[in-house]
Amino acid sequence: MLKTLKEFKVAEKGIVKKITAEGKFKRKLYDMGVTPGADIELIKFAPLGDPLEINIRGYKLTLRKSEAEQIIMEVIK
Amino acid sequence: MKFGLAGNPNSGKTTLFNSLTGSTAHVGNWPGVTVDKREGTYKYSDEKINIVDLPGIYSLSPYSPEEIVSRNFILDEAPDCIINVVDATNLERNLYLTTQLLEIDIPVVIALNMIDVIKQRGDILNAEDLERTFGVPVVEISALKSDGLRELIKVSVEAAKTKRVGTSVLSESKIATMVEEVTNKLQAENIASPLFHAVKLIENDEFEINAHHEVAVLAKSLKEKMPEDEFEGDYEGIIADARYRFITKYFRKTIAKKDNSNYTKSDKIDKVMTHKLWSIPIFIVIMFVVFHIVFSEDLLFLNALFGLEIKNPGLINFLTGMGYEGILEENEEGMAAALGGIPSLGVFLQSWMGYLTGLLIDLFAGFMPEGTWYTGLICDGILTGLDAIFSFIPQILLLFLFIAILEDSGYMARVAFIMDRAFRKFGLSGKAFIPLLMGFGCSVPAMMATKALEDEKERDLTIRLSPFFSCGAKAPIWAMLAVVVAGSMMGDIFVFSIYLIGIALAIVSATFIKLFSKDKEMPPFIMELPEYHLPQFKSLMLRLWDKFKHFVQKASTIIAASIIVIWFLSNFDWAFWRGMVDITESMLADLGKVLQYIFYPLGFAQGADGWKYSVATITGLIAKEEVVATLANLGITEDTMALSNAAIYSFAIYNLITLPCFAAVSTAKSESSKKGFIVTIIWWLIASYVAAFIIYRLGILLEISIIDGLLGIFVVVAICILLGAIVSLNKKQRA
Repeated sequence: MLKTLKEFKVAEKGIVKKITAEGKFKRKLYDMGVTPGADIELIKFAPLGDPLEINIRGYKLTLRKSEAEQIIMEVIK
Repeated sequence: MKFGLAGNPNSGKTTLFNSLTGSTAHVGNWPGVTVDKREGTYKYSDEKINIVDLPGIYSLSPYSPEEIVSRNFILDEAPDCIINVVDATNLERNLYLTTQLLEIDIPVVIALNMIDVIKQRGDILNAEDLERTFGVPVVEISALKSDGLRELIKVSVEAAKTKRVGTSVLSESKIATMVEEVTNKLQAENIASPLFHAVKLIENDEFEINAHHEVAVLAKSLKEKMPEDEFEGDYEGIIADARYRFITKYFRKTIAKKDNSNYTKSDKIDKVMTHKLWSIPIFIVIMFVVFHIVFSEDLLFLNALFGLEIKNPGLINFLTGMGYEGILEENEEGMAAALGGIPSLGVFLQSWMGYLTGLLIDLFAGFMPEGTWYTGLICDGILTGLDAIFSFIPQILLLFLFIAILEDSGYMARVAFIMDRAFRKFGLSGKAFIPLLMGFGCSVPAMMATKALEDEKERDLTIRLSPFFSCGAKAPIWAMLAVVVAGSMMGDIFVFSIYLIGIALAIVSATFIKLFSKDKEMPPFIMELPEYHLPQFKSLMLRLWDKFKHFVQKASTIIAASIIVIWFLSNFDWAFWRGMVDITESMLADLGKVLQYIFYPLGFAQGADGWKYSVATITGLIAKEEVVATLANLGITEDTMALSNAAIYSFAIYNLITLPCFAAVSTAKSESSKKGFIVTIIWWLIASYVAAFIIYRLGILLEISIIDGLLGIFVVVAICILLGAIVSLNKKQRA
């Protein structure tokens, strides 16, 4: 099942399928290891509901929902 | 020999640098940007090795100033060897930068850091594997424990003597032949590090395309021949993907984890610190403790709660920097002198600093002839002015120390995580929160703390707003005005309202600036949340020492010069060769009389005493509490102040928002971009004038019908309405 990272629930895991972002932000995602094929686990949302924290390539990364929306994921059951 | 240290943020690179260079290190700026450049030397068998600490970066892409200076340093200054610090506990992402560094024709040595943590966890890391895969030496080190450093330098010195040709992990990818062809073409043109440039050209890196236009055409034509894939011609994506693919392929063999649960001690701490309910209360408590230790005069509220008073003169002297006599004078009615509570560390150090600078002034005054202009210059001008600034140094440094602790421990990133949502509306991210909050203490460390903000525009904006958060030195002004406003009945509400108006004006300013900025796009927030760890004493002290040096240097040059100018203006008339005059006849007084016309619409400059308030706004540039001292000097005290409440508000807001003290202005200059600094100065001048004008006009309108003391509340309400209007305007524009 495909959905964006923004729609993930806590503890849900998935694989990056595609990045729809552009320019500087897209490159930043790549550099931080968010490339197609990477495993991501959603760890938590911030107390005010945004941003979110993910586990990727063995470390913790935070990004905003508006940014997570540009990452298309395949959910791992 | 010259070595460059390169590595990810939080890889322990700076710890390694500190261990290697110790006291030889000095910090400057990279040319043209406000990124720290640390340099130092390491002595290796009679040879002095120059070590340059590059900024912490994740990649050599061309987007952030940190990445650009690192790249330019490596390519243009060609160090003899690059020591790539790699965090062994976070190998996968750290090696991504390694794959890029390896493409440059410079010897590379991998320093595999935190190997002790790996062993402690019972994990196994095969360093030889890494060495074989990448074809460069790998040395296991622990920067924290200074293990393996000598070996690292020895291997690096050996490596530096060899010539190395760049290698790329892309040779295993589907674009291998493309990379090779572009590299050959660049090599034929005698370009150094052709492989590195070739990869960047294929990535469509702007710098490279401009520099090698013809080869870029070749790269383009090669790309057109490639079959379509899921990346749809996004070569940045193809290359990043290939790098990570290579790393995961070899990484899986290299590290063997003892247990597969990724749940570390750091995660346990994080569970509490960023908890849905507890995170914000915990944050408030931490901040309260910080401010309490730096500014409280009654530590742990021992006096307020239990009536603890200290009566022993010796102890009072110790706690107040020999202040016993001062306290005695205040107790003329025969009561025994007592100190209400134990002062906090910040207040304690401040008192002693004041005592020491006082001694210095007395010393000079003692052997210099009385009444001459040069005695006045040294004692009343320079020393007294510096005294006003130096007495803040302990508190500035303490606040900065706490900021450094919060940063190094990893908590600062969590604060940004917690607060980001609230700040986004104003064009700021959660990272701006701590610097702004520090503004309530002192703008100088607040501005220094903006270094943690990567985006230049956001950093400029945060610096611009930090003086709006009323600092400790401004408090004496509010205290004086509070007595006058409505006969002190509502004095506390007055002071409170000044703080609130300051915050409101910061919000209005941020919203305004966002509304009129051309670039509406927010900088990406994407940020690593590093593992929590105990800050290292040595690195904290080195940072503190560096800030101290920098501040003293500023204080003794630009700030001292500014103080001398103001002293000169306030002690001489236009025929200055005839000798000193009283301040009422000085050039500054004349200047005040001119400024009086400019300030006239703001209310406080009206009437016969108007010029005195104008003069006080200028001397406030030395340090804000000088406003009170100058007014007193000119005969205006709580008892003789004859301003209307509206004018008092206007005077307060003008002093809150206008240029902060010289120390803060010079800090703003060194921490902002050039253009940002100019905008900031203009903003402070205009915003203070406009805000004071609006408040004064609102004040006279309200004063007719409403009880004077409640004025503050109404002004705040008015500001809130204005703010609401602007925010909704902003929303409409976005929709």
